[in-house]
Order: sequence, then C-alpha cells, then structure tokens
Amino acid sequence: MSHPDAAAAFLADPARAAWHDAALWHVRERRDAAAGAVPGWEALRERAAAVRRYALAHLADHLEAFERQATALGARVHFARDAAEHNALVLEILRGAGAKRVVKSKSMLTEECGLNAHLARAGIDVVDTDLGERIVQLREEPPSHIVMPAIHLRRAEVGALFHERLGAPAGASDPAALAETARRHLRAAFLRADAGITGANFLLADTGGVVVCTNEGNADLGTALPRLHVVCAGIEKVLPRAEDLPVFLRLLARSATGQPITAYTSHFHGPRPGAEMHVVLVDNGRSALLADPALRDALACIRCGACLNTCPVYRRSGGHSYGTPVAGPIGAVLAAARDPVRHASLPFASTLCGSCRDVCPVKIDLPRQLVALREAVRARRGDGPAVRLGVRLAAALLARPRLAEAAGALARRALALVPEPLWRRTPWGRARARPPLPRRSFRALYRGRRE
Amino acid sequence: MSEARAAVLAALRCARAPARALAPWTPPPAPDALPLREALARALEGVGGRLAVAPGPHALGEALESLPCFAGARRVASALPGVARANVDAGTHWDARDLDGLDVAVVPGRLAVAENGAVWVDGAALPHRALLWLAEHLVLVVPADAVVPDLHAAYARLRFDGPGFGVFVAGPSKTADIEQALVFGAQGPRTTTLVLAGTPPT
Repeated sequence: MSHPDAAAAFLADPARAAWHDAALWHVRERRDAAAGAVPGWEALRERAAAVRRYALAHLADHLEAFERQATALGARVHFARDAAEHNALVLEILRGAGAKRVVKSKSMLTEECGLNAHLARAGIDVVDTDLGERIVQLREEPPSHIVMPAIHLRRAEVGALFHERLGAPAGASDPAALAETARRHLRAAFLRADAGITGANFLLADTGGVVVCTNEGNADLGTALPRLHVVCAGIEKVLPRAEDLPVFLRLLARSATGQPITAYTSHFHGPRPGAEMHVVLVDNGRSALLADPALRDALACIRCGACLNTCPVYRRSGGHSYGTPVAGPIGAVLAAARDPVRHASLPFASTLCGSCRDVCPVKIDLPRQLVALREAVRARRGDGPAVRLGVRLAAALLARPRLAEAAGALARRALALVPEPLWRRTPWGRARARPPLPRRSFRALYRGRRE
Repeated sequence: MSEARAAVLAALRCARAPARALAPWTPPPAPDALPLREALARALEGVGGRLAVAPGPHALGEALESLPCFAGARRVASALPGVARANVDAGTHWDARDLDGLDVAVVPGRLAVAENGAVWVDGAALPHRALLWLAEHLVLVVPADAVVPDLHAAYARLRFDGPGFGVFVAGPSKTADIEQALVFGAQGPRTTTLVLAGTPPT
C-alpha cells in the first residue's frame, strides 16, 4: 500500500490524528528546551557527526577491534549477512542454552529481522518487555515509533487490551494503574526467563563494551537474572572509543524525549560471572548502503526519533502508514534505499521542510537524501501522464507572459466558482480549505506601486 | 558462520567510504550558572529522583532512617556496611530472583553528574546487579565530593579495562508509553534517592 493510502486510514479518525500530532509536537518542544539548556549543543552535534562518519569510514576495522575486545572479555561475537542468518543464529544460541522463555528489550533490529515470529515458530516464548513494545506485541502489530512504540494508541485502547489479556478491570484507563498491571505481568516474565535479548545503542570498538539505554530498566532486569544474554545489533552501531560516549549520551535522550539522560545507561563488558553473552552483528543491507555515496550518511543515525517527532508528515500520518520497521524521515530513507520499488512512495512522504535535518543530533541531511531517492524513482518510472501534461502546460504558459497573466486572472475568479463538493474531490482540495484569493496579481500590484 | 564474517567485512571494505581522520577535540565548557550541588538537585528533580544529605561520616544511618522509603520497610538489603536496618544479606542469595520484593536496596555510587542527575554504579561494588532493579526503592550513596559537572568529566574518571558491568542511574524506572503520561516504577524502583555522604567541599 502506498504511503498516502495508508495515511488516509490513519486520518479516518480525526480525533486520534489530532492528538497524535499534538503529542509528538509536545515531545519536539521538550527536545528544543533540553537542547537550548546545554551550552555548546551545536559543538556536540558537530562532534557527534564527525565521530559517526569516522566510525563508518573505517567500519570493518572497528568491527574487528570490537570483536577482539569483546571476545577477550568472554563474550561470543557472531556475524550475520541478513535477517535469515540472524534469526537462525539467535535460535541456535537459545537452543544451545536450552532456553525456552525469552525476555526481550527494545531492539529495532529484531523488528527489522522479524525475529519474534521466527522464534515463535520454533516454540520459543518471547515477551517484549518495554511497556510500549509489549502493548503492540499483544495487539499483534508493529511499533509505530522507534522510541514510543504505542504512540498511536489511546489509553482506553490499552485499557481494553489489558482487560482482555492481562486481567485488568474492565474500563480501566488510568495510565498509572495500567502501567502497574504491566509491571506485575512483566516482573513474572523476568523471573521465569531463561534468556534475555537486548539491542545495543552503542558498541565500543576499543573496549568491547555494549551500551544499552532504557527508561524502564527492562534491559537490565532481562539481563541481570537469566544466564544467557544475547545482543542483537546492526553493524553500524560501533563507536571508535569509549571516550566518545559522553558526546552521544548528552545528545541522545535530549533529542529523543527532552530528558537529560535515560534512567538507565548500562555498560556491559562481557558476561556476568558464570553466565553467557553473545553479540550478533547484522549486515542486512547496511554494507550496500555504505557503498552508496548519496545515502551512506543514513548509517550515522543513532535512532533518537527526533526526525519523526518534528516531521509534519509523520505526525499527521502515523508510523504504521510507512509500512516499515522504522518510520519517519530516516525510515523513509532506509526503506527506500533497501527496496526502492516496494517503498517508492516513501521518498515523497515529506514536505522537504528540512526540520528533520535541523534537529538531527548527527546532522544527517535527510531532505537531500529524500530528493536523491525521488530522482531515482523518477528515473525508473518516468513521469505519470498528469505530471507530463502539467509540466507541458506550465512551460507553454510561462513562455508567454501575456497568456500567463490572463490565465492567472481567469483562475483567480474561476477558483471561487468551483462548487465545494467538486473542490473536495481534487487531490489538492481533499484535505485543504480553499485559500482566499487576491483580487489583483503580484505583477499588477508591483506595477501599481511603481506608478 | 565465519563465512558470514568474511563476507560482511569484505563488503564493508569494498564500500570504499572515504577515509577520514578524527581531529582531537575539547568538549564545550560545562554550565557554571549554578553551584554543582544546586545544579545536581535541579537535574535530579527533573528526572524524578530525590536528594538527601548525610553531613558527616557517622550521619549516614540517621540520614537513611529519615528517608520516606525506609518508613515501614521490612526487607532491606545493603551493599554498604553499617546500615543498621539491612536484614537481607544479598550476598548469600545464590539466586538473585530471591531478591524480588525487596523494599529497599542501599547501594554505593561512585560519582554523581550535575547536568543530568545520573549516578555511576559499578557492578563490582554489588553482591548482585539485580539489586538495582528488583527493589521497590533504591538508595544510592555517593561521596559528597564526587559530584562532577557533566558526562565528559564523569567519563574522564571511568575506566573500562576488563570484564565488568557499570550503569548510570538517573532517577527511578519510568515510562510514558501510555499516552505520554509519565509513570514512575515502570519495571524497577518506584523511587530513587541520592544520598550525598560526607562533608561537602566549601
């Protein structure tokens, strides 16, 4: 389904869409306040951008260094070329440890790879433990936001779900009470888990460390109790040195939610004594993206979600309309780079206003990438008949100034005469009120001013 | 799977991303509008944490007793010596799951960061790291002279030169996953209190 069609489904509930828009804009405002309170914020962004690009330029070396260091700390490091290899590896590791019940903290990579379904088919019980992730898992739908997975849902929907699945009282809708229900449910899952799967926010090449940020502490409960910890991470997650961490940690949570830091920032250097730790490093299209000079910068992304929160299209269309694990501007770039045919509508899910670039903590030029992807779509498909006709008409008019002026004068009068029902059926008028039309053209005003 | 390893590394080297150097860098100066202690107090409030002070080396017990989370606490574990109320010896619990339902855990923190209220806890200082998340209430005890202005200063004091676990803890466990409503105690501690112990530098 194309993005506009999927977005129409989201917009069919105007109250939900308006709430979604306002809630995310509020997060964007919190981000602005947090960024503004840090002296040298722009210097931090510059540095983060430079470190990420340096890390990517020498990615193979940094991965080898990470592997060497992590192995020395007692972890096992694996490589997977694609989602299927990743899923097979994780299953093999779990089976090797006899693990049947798995708790998983947030990992967009495992969403990308479809790990849950793979493990479920093998009879392994996987519980997503981030509250938002658990909500969407129980609803059997993907997350709609990389940081706020259930931002598309209202409290009453969560209440109904928890009533049906977790025994919450009927009609419950108080967030604190619902969170308490989830806490009890998830605590039981932590206590009986045989293994914990986490993602990684950062891999440290010089120390072999894995850094995971959460607000709930679920990655920690999931790794502190079971004897097996499996880290699933994209190969782009490496930072050259542990001393680069403060730059990123100062930017990450402030950009994401406006918090100065997440509640927990855990640094795993090897397994717990007597336990096992595996790190699965996944390519799944990343090396191909690195080979594309126009798009490789997208690998610098640290998944803060700031570009989603600020995007006028994301806020008004909802994460599910993108049909990809990562939504929003960065998700559009990643998905269209990976499968330009299937995701041909995503480069156009943007106004190119540039707000995403302006808030990005690692300064990815997302609008430029979206334009490059649009050009690729056009090069493949050519223009549709409507575009061809429109461009031809415009060219003919603009080459004849008198005719253009006459057409303008006609349009200023004619537009007001179009019946409202007909206006609403035009692609432009479907979601837009008719603008008040000026009586005189700009050229006429200009001439009048000179006289 | 070493075949996959070779293929991935070769693909990355074939990608020919242009080589770059990383210039040396000096972090921006830390904010200095407020005294460190005051900045820390504000940051802690922002992350939902609490702050208490134990003025002298012998005042820790008294300071702990006066914390609201100690009132009515039945099961208390401490990774610090000399906490009179501690009645659960976490070190003897072979299985950390037994620590579930603990009322309070008292844990030493190495340093506190004024810009964000985060406290560095070294896993080596704990009988079990699960102590940090299984207790209903967490108390972090940090030397009063171990407050640093920002994360750059904090990492300058940390070393990662061997196996181990460490974590920055900033306030209690929290979530806003239901309609962006902030709820404390999402999974781990419902409250987190930082106790600054010892005479602060003047």
